[in-house]
Amino acid sequence: MSTNLAKLVPAARAEQFTGKLRLLSTLYPPVMLGVFLLIPLCITLVVSVSQRVPAGFYSPGFDLSHYLRFFTPLFLRQTAFSFVLAAIAASCCVGIAFPFTYLLTQLSQTAQVLILIFILSVLSLSEVIISFSWSVLLSESAGLSNLLVFLKILPQAVAWAPGLAAVLLALIYRTLPFAVLVFYPAVTRLNPEVSEAAQTLGASPVRTFFDIILPMQRRAIVTAFLFAFIFAIGSYLIPQMLGSPQHWTISVSITDQAIQQSNLPFAAALSLMLMLLTLGLVWLISSISDRGTER
Amino acid sequence: MSYWLRNGLIGSVLLFLAAPLLVVGGVSINSTKSLIFPPRGFSLQWYSELFTRSEWLMPMANSLGIACIAAAIASSIAIPIAYSLWRTGKRYPQFLFYLGLAPAVLPPVVIAISFLGFWASIGAYGSIYATILSHAILLIPFPLVTSLLGLRSIQSSIVEASRTLGANESAIFATIVLPLIQPYLIAGYAFAFVFSLNEYIVSFMVSGFTVETLPIKIFNSLHYGYTPVMACVTILFIALAALLFALVNHFGSLLQLLSGSAGTSTKS
Repeated sequence: MSTNLAKLVPAARAEQFTGKLRLLSTLYPPVMLGVFLLIPLCITLVVSVSQRVPAGFYSPGFDLSHYLRFFTPLFLRQTAFSFVLAAIAASCCVGIAFPFTYLLTQLSQTAQVLILIFILSVLSLSEVIISFSWSVLLSESAGLSNLLVFLKILPQAVAWAPGLAAVLLALIYRTLPFAVLVFYPAVTRLNPEVSEAAQTLGASPVRTFFDIILPMQRRAIVTAFLFAFIFAIGSYLIPQMLGSPQHWTISVSITDQAIQQSNLPFAAALSLMLMLLTLGLVWLISSISDRGTER
Repeated sequence: MSYWLRNGLIGSVLLFLAAPLLVVGGVSINSTKSLIFPPRGFSLQWYSELFTRSEWLMPMANSLGIACIAAAIASSIAIPIAYSLWRTGKRYPQFLFYLGLAPAVLPPVVIAISFLGFWASIGAYGSIYATILSHAILLIPFPLVTSLLGLRSIQSSIVEASRTLGANESAIFATIVLPLIQPYLIAGYAFAFVFSLNEYIVSFMVSGFTVETLPIKIFNSLHYGYTPVMACVTILFIALAALLFALVNHFGSLLQLLSGSAGTSTKS
């Protein structure tokens, strides 16, 4: 009955078309997310307990040996190292990004727009380029140490890369723009009257910053730290290109196992362990910070 | 805080952020092929080489094509989710919203491995479709956050007024919602596009040996036969990114966009 009507009346036909469109738009996103996000994550789980096929990818089975291999000193030490490294990088990143963003919002609108365009462009830099340019900047032949020699600060040029400091520096560089973007909205919504009141009552700008602004921004700080941490721990090229093998993180091992060793099941097991540990840490830190806010 | 101290602090962070660009820029105009920084001599030969050699044009075309399509797919998935969350506020779209944010909360390497396992299982490992769809899923968080931000910026009184005047749901969407959120949709697309252009780990894992995107090509050129052309490509792509973000600012307001994200980025 309704279909007959639709053939006769254009308005009804249009209505039927938008109905179909609406149905499509309700079905399409969950299908895409289900097929291309949830299923891949489930497949990782299946692959992680499969058997390795030396020439191919994997053959289905039930084999927990990949998980057991994670609990060997080599990989446990590497995981601990990765977490500590990412935590240090994320802390430094937040420590620089927060005061920077705070000062940035005091500039004129035009200056802010220009600086934010610049920061977004830096954010979009490929990790390949970041690693490459820092390896040049920290190299003995063409690096910053030559500048220090020229200024008579250093007696001779030094190679800082590959090394732990180089990895850390590049990780901070990688995560800094993200942290600025997380802080920016929170800081712009700060009520200027609060710091004005503090200063009228005699607090110095520095004390206002540490005693008033910083505690108010606790939530943004935690979010920025977690974002930076996840990025740092999931980064593969920076430790690989700027570190010596002892500075390689768990992400380097995962990629190495998947591509060079063609041991996809072990790579999947490692990446699931990394995911569990990361999500666990995110949960732990956010619940601690939430409890702190309620008090 | 004194004017000079403030600008000095801002300036030193900006210098830190600009340092790699100075290296890459210097390398790109170096007249010799060997890696020397600071550059000696000035030459644009590497830029002309970039546009004449298919070795570089191919990966550039790949990256631009993949980014165009992947950003469009990401937006097409994200916009309906944001719209139904905004419209109904129910649990189910809320769940889809968080699911769509998942790629931003998981370490990149984890996502890359799961895509590798998936495409290997269905036999599409190494195809360009695998790269495109993987990028699309990976980049959903950008259009998701920006479109919700746009929808939340609409004054509810406008929607109510049009409903009182007899407009139905689709008319409201087409004549009111869509024009108002357009700058935000463009921003979401631009973000996804730029990040797809520069993404390395997922492209590498999913089809790194068959579909050469620009970051993969640069990585390979660093390892097997260094050439300053890679620096030229980087400078071009950075300029493209800056141009796109400037356009986003032109059509909408970058400050509003980035400061408005408070609602989503700090609450999550």
